[in-house]
Amino acid sequence: MDIGLPFMLDLTPNTLCAMLVVVAMLILASITQLLLRSRLSEDGYLELKQRINSWWVMVGVVFTALMIGPTASLIFFTILSFIALREFFSILPVRVTDRRLILALYLAVPLQYYWVGMGWYGMFIVFIPVYLFLLIPFGLLMLGETKGFIRAVGSYQWATMTTVFAISHVAYLLMLPAEENPAGGGVGLVIYLVFLTQFNDVAQYIWGKKFGNRKIVPAISPNKTWAGFLGGVATTTLFGALLAPWLTPLPWWLGLGAGLLIGLAGFIGDLTVSAVKRDLRIKDTSQLIPGHGGILDRIDSLMYTAPLFFHFLVYTTY
Amino acid sequence: MSVIKRLPKQLFFLLIVKPVVYLLLGLNIYNKQRLPSQGPAILAANHNSHLDTLVLMALYPLGELHRVRPVAAADYFLRNRFTTWLSLNLIGIIPLDRQGQVDKEQVFEQCQQALADGQILLLFPEGSRGEAEELQPLRKGIYHLARSHAGTQVVPIAMHGLGRALPKGGSMIVPFNADVAIGEALSAEQECAPFMDQLQASLESLLAACITRRDARWED
Repeated sequence: MDIGLPFMLDLTPNTLCAMLVVVAMLILASITQLLLRSRLSEDGYLELKQRINSWWVMVGVVFTALMIGPTASLIFFTILSFIALREFFSILPVRVTDRRLILALYLAVPLQYYWVGMGWYGMFIVFIPVYLFLLIPFGLLMLGETKGFIRAVGSYQWATMTTVFAISHVAYLLMLPAEENPAGGGVGLVIYLVFLTQFNDVAQYIWGKKFGNRKIVPAISPNKTWAGFLGGVATTTLFGALLAPWLTPLPWWLGLGAGLLIGLAGFIGDLTVSAVKRDLRIKDTSQLIPGHGGILDRIDSLMYTAPLFFHFLVYTTY
Repeated sequence: MSVIKRLPKQLFFLLIVKPVVYLLLGLNIYNKQRLPSQGPAILAANHNSHLDTLVLMALYPLGELHRVRPVAAADYFLRNRFTTWLSLNLIGIIPLDRQGQVDKEQVFEQCQQALADGQILLLFPEGSRGEAEELQPLRKGIYHLARSHAGTQVVPIAMHGLGRALPKGGSMIVPFNADVAIGEALSAEQECAPFMDQLQASLESLLAACITRRDARWED
């Protein structure tokens, strides 16, 4: 749709509508927050306010980048991956001798998004899992410290895979041929994935709060219950089916599959970062997002849902 | 100091220091509201990296920067003409000669004068950057300095993570998040020993809250 503005060229009416719905949900959240003011404690209210304000900022930044166009979106995802990778390295027990390799790994972030921007699928898909997989141990070898070698190789590879490789799949959705998806375009796919992933987190939280009883993995996360998990996954599956024909090339029954995948993978991603934090004995991965914690706390589910949804989509459609 | 004279310093922080601190590095700041905006005050921080001074100053809004005076090592900050100009004019350090070539009394006097002018001194009571981000024994000079001007509050600040971003002897900055934890102000209106104990205890408990420090025992 060309509505005569220099930007928004990639937005279909459905996508624009989806964005407005998200903004409407935020307005609703802000109104609810104001109504709850008298019923909450001072601290509880402040925390809720911080959380909702942070949602406004996050949605504002993501939507602005998506609306300006693919280049702005790629720059946004590059910065997101950089901050996430830096956060991961900052909580990991990094050996001081490895600083040079760490610096080199930061340079992998713009490279990975460069492959995305070029639409060079082959390089995008092997650069980190194959080339960096082989280069990271080689780089550490050159630095000459063998104490803690295995742990260093494993943790740096994992950090790069989750924060750069996995997240770059969200950006590659923008590069898929738009004519295959007249309903939503590239931006529609991104919104479908990111919205369902975040929605799944919230749905699992609410189901757990309302009906949660039996804990599912008490050793890793005491707040996760069977009711939260099953209720959340069911809700996300349902919404996956409802939204698929509207924003993606998937028919509703494949949308059910995508929703189920996002529900399950989101849960696992969330737990994985929880386990990392348990291991390091920290509560949040940083203090970047007021009321939420770090970037990793926010994109933990997306690290799992993005590559899985991407390949599900490519396998079934493209 | 006139507004015109403050401008280069503000531009230096706006265009170089703040972008490096907030974009290249990232900060986890705890209890920022405890940072004193008025002197006479002493910020007592642990020392891991030459970035410590710049990071702490970057916490201040541009309009308050002129009040912050770091007491910093002359052998590093005054090592050549360029860094000397930078340190004295753009950062505003009070040079401390660790080799003892400059009269200690003179440094002490400069610090006292700064406190009398209502400025905020930035001091590293460990004396030097420690090894591997461990807290070194604190020196008592800070107590005597705080006593020298009535009403001086001493604010303990623990930092962690900058030793990885720019370690001792390192020449390039590698991006890492760093923690800056600000403690409650201490008063020096008491005996030396309990004051030093309080400062030590405060820095230790602040360090324990640092997100990036949980790795401390990994290499054991």
